[in-house]
Amino acid sequence: MKPFTYERAKSPAQAAAAAARNPDAKFIAGGTNLLDLMKLEIETPKHLIDVNGLGFDKIEPTPDGGLRIGALVRNTDLAADERIRRDYGVLSRAIVAGASGQLRNKATTGGNLLQRTRCPYFYDTNQPCNKRKPGSGCSALGGYSRQLAVIGVSEACIATYPGDMAVAMRVLGASVETVNADGTRRTIPLGDFHKLPGTTPHVENALTPGELITAVTLPKPVGGTQIYHKVRDRASYAFALVSVAAVIQRDGTGQVAIGGIAPRPWRVEAAEGELPRGAKAVAGPLLSGAKPTDDNKFKLKLVERTLGAVLAEAKEAKA
Amino acid sequence: MKFDTPATTNPIDQLKFVGKPTDRIDGKLKTTGTAPYAYERHDVVPNQAYGFILGAGIAKGRISGMDLDNAKAAPGVITIVSTLDMPKLPRSKMNIACLFGGAEIAHYHQAIALVVAETFEQARAAASLIRVGYTRVQGKFDLAAEANDASPAGPIDRVGNFDAAFQAAQVKLDEQYSTPDQSHMMMEPHASLAAWDGDKLTVWTSNQMIAWGKRDLATTLSLPEENVRLISPYIGGGFGGKLFLRADAVLAALGARAAGRPVKVALTRPIMANNTTHRPATIQRIRIGANLDGKITAIAHESTSGNLPDGKPETAVAQTKLLYAGANRLTSMKLATLDLPEGNAMRAPGEAPGLMALEIAMDEMAERLGLDPVEFRVLNDTQVDPEKPDRPFSQRQLVKCLREGAEHFGWNKRNPKPGQVREGRWLVGMGMAAGFRNNLLIKSAARVRLGRDGVVTVETDMTDIGTGTYTIIAQTAAEMMGVPLDKVVVLLGDSSFPVSAGSGGQFGANNSTAGVYAACMKLREAIAQKLGFNPTDIEFADGKVRSGDRSASLAEAAGDDGLSFEDGIEYGDLAKKYQQSTFAGHFVEAAVHSFTGETRIRRMLAVCAAGRILNPKTAHSQVIGAMTMGVGAALSEGLVVDKRLGFFVNHDLASYEVAVHADIPHQEVIFLDEVDPISSPMKAKGVGELGLCGVGAAIANAIYNATGVRVRNYPITSDKLIDGLPEMV
Repeated sequence: MKPFTYERAKSPAQAAAAAARNPDAKFIAGGTNLLDLMKLEIETPKHLIDVNGLGFDKIEPTPDGGLRIGALVRNTDLAADERIRRDYGVLSRAIVAGASGQLRNKATTGGNLLQRTRCPYFYDTNQPCNKRKPGSGCSALGGYSRQLAVIGVSEACIATYPGDMAVAMRVLGASVETVNADGTRRTIPLGDFHKLPGTTPHVENALTPGELITAVTLPKPVGGTQIYHKVRDRASYAFALVSVAAVIQRDGTGQVAIGGIAPRPWRVEAAEGELPRGAKAVAGPLLSGAKPTDDNKFKLKLVERTLGAVLAEAKEAKA
Repeated sequence: MKFDTPATTNPIDQLKFVGKPTDRIDGKLKTTGTAPYAYERHDVVPNQAYGFILGAGIAKGRISGMDLDNAKAAPGVITIVSTLDMPKLPRSKMNIACLFGGAEIAHYHQAIALVVAETFEQARAAASLIRVGYTRVQGKFDLAAEANDASPAGPIDRVGNFDAAFQAAQVKLDEQYSTPDQSHMMMEPHASLAAWDGDKLTVWTSNQMIAWGKRDLATTLSLPEENVRLISPYIGGGFGGKLFLRADAVLAALGARAAGRPVKVALTRPIMANNTTHRPATIQRIRIGANLDGKITAIAHESTSGNLPDGKPETAVAQTKLLYAGANRLTSMKLATLDLPEGNAMRAPGEAPGLMALEIAMDEMAERLGLDPVEFRVLNDTQVDPEKPDRPFSQRQLVKCLREGAEHFGWNKRNPKPGQVREGRWLVGMGMAAGFRNNLLIKSAARVRLGRDGVVTVETDMTDIGTGTYTIIAQTAAEMMGVPLDKVVVLLGDSSFPVSAGSGGQFGANNSTAGVYAACMKLREAIAQKLGFNPTDIEFADGKVRSGDRSASLAEAAGDDGLSFEDGIEYGDLAKKYQQSTFAGHFVEAAVHSFTGETRIRRMLAVCAAGRILNPKTAHSQVIGAMTMGVGAALSEGLVVDKRLGFFVNHDLASYEVAVHADIPHQEVIFLDEVDPISSPMKAKGVGELGLCGVGAAIANAIYNATGVRVRNYPITSDKLIDGLPEMV
């Protein structure tokens, strides 16, 4: 870990100003991912701006009937919130499918969106990695890629976005609210938040330097049967091989987003029209353009079959 | 004490303490976090500095240069020991790769420097400033690719004429199986604190085999053995990963010498898999021929594994020599040279991966014969060594383990036709396997002191790696000397104590307690003599010694100076005359998601026959822990080799997936009532590895019974099942 300086921000303006002063600064909230990466010197911020005191820790109704989730709401609290459990069950289920109780107590809503990939070559600083060290090459291509992405990938990077929470938020049509160093605010649809790697896999999201996530908003509840099915090699405490977040209505229509297969929660709205026709019909357009490796091509079939399991469960739930 | 005739009635048979489910005497220390582990010995020497090991960034080649300037100038740095500072250190008896010294890189994450600093964080930060230039050499990393060029590892063992018998057999099986490299991944990393006093070195460490460690550290550092002391009273797991001297101890010693003050070093989790040892991967071919009546007429087991030059093979065929009858037999091993890290023992070396293959083969063969898998095994039971029929087993209750297990588990409810039982979207199946692990006899010594306060103190360099050694040694001493447990003090893991068997190969419990038995016998005789009691009718009970109508307290017998005696157990040729092994029946119910191939174990049962169970509570913990390890081996564990770059890629606990709580269902263990007077005066055998042996195959067989998909390559992950699962409905 590189030595760093540290300050506690007392207001969003102070946090933004501190970030503007220190180009090598990072915001820290729960720190569950950042500190691990700093110990390995994959992240080497010179300055940490602790945003835990900024008060973004409430879940509040929005004027249009949805919820605004403060960026500092802990995963545990979000998953346990009565409104989330009642109206956005897929989100609650996705969160508790991830990490461990201890980590969820600490991890925040905003931080979780920024969780970095678990590609083993990203984690091993002896190995080339375009995400960690732009231009150094990708060790995962041609290497061990069983966990890695099958779609949305590039020649430069096949890493996945590893989280669960964002997959559920994506299926719910969430948006990310931010504040900039100059005080301007903007709202980024979650579908535009995580960037595909292209030739710049180190650019992982739409945030500009110093821009701070303040909240995630959910549109008004859409009902339906809400399911999160996460397939992994052990029953808990592992990243998804494939996960499916789904909202399925009584008539068989709905939305699905897939985790574990792409650099972002993967959702193809055009494919969702096929939902009443079953998993196979959806999987085709959903996975169109996939470029799997020999190691991970099983994920294509696994997506289809996990989706099938989810649709079968939804059918039973409404029967 | 020489043990060369079967045990007769002895004080252990009183079973006032031995055989009781006693709580761990060190339990309070463990659960309150006050058992001091090596890295926590802040109290033992002042002025400790922290060392951080830098591992090599390539798998094979040479270091062309190292720039230490920035690291040396970093805050808090006291000194840096570089591998270029010295020639290759002498390789000790138990190491395959050189632990430090010289420019040559033999495997990934080989230690190449130690940074010593005032704090751990400073040492780690400085280590990242070391610039290393490498000249890479292409190595051999792919076992499957090298298997054809593998050399025979020992002779081909033949009995009868396998080829002819297999040819003639009415039902045949010829299949290939594979097991991956595995990592021990015990909770406590390798850790050592080293302090020099002149040319004398003391190392507080975490090591299963104190005498080996002392000898090998002396060899590596070119010191007289008597100048080295190892202290390792508490060990946070080992599973074989701490059988040998490793870089933490060597570099703590080198760092302390260079820094002129004590230095402590722990391996970080990400370098453990590649810096230390692992269980080697295997490719196994098994052929079984039988007549329609189910009797095996021919059995062959061939295994190929890899290792660094001078390494040994994984002895995956060992159990096949002994487990089933059959007149025509063939076993052989091949060894490929690989430039991966050092392959060596992990819990139940040989049998664990060997049974993962053999017991699937037996399941397949039973199906081909139309026999129940339990009945097929019973039919091929043998009470003698099948290679040397004049050698009986000392005890062999395999059939009883299988029958009792089947009865208890409800095996008769299993549908023999696979893929038939559905619960919702889950396919449910049952599987079983025989468990087998040899019982090893190793000499073991102890010193027993009787104090004037009547307290019995046992000293031996035996280790407790979480197994319960402290407790069973206390039970043994209490039984022998007739004192309550709270009048026994057990001191372990110090090389200044008499040399014990150590912990490994499930040989620790039986041998170390037998050593304590021997020392206690000597003490009893001395007490009898001192008191002038007749040694033939002497009784030790309730803190007193009685003989006829005479009685004295132990404290009186000790006198002001106390009494202290040392002895050990040594074995004659009983192990040659009798085959000593332990047996189990493993039963598993598993459910597989019919869409996704996710496997969930539902129930597990192990029925074990392993001689006298010294402490059913700690033995139970050993077996359920081993069963848990078997779940990991079956479903998720495997070091993945990057065949281009030559290292284990998934070298942390996030990516090397051991079983977690959610994977572990209801586990049950039954110990058959057994004493084995051939094994030792304790009449006990090992059990800690038996609990693992066969579990993986029982799971694989349950998955097959659930789904009809036969997977012969571990671990059995979703991707290996989904192609064979039913169409989605």
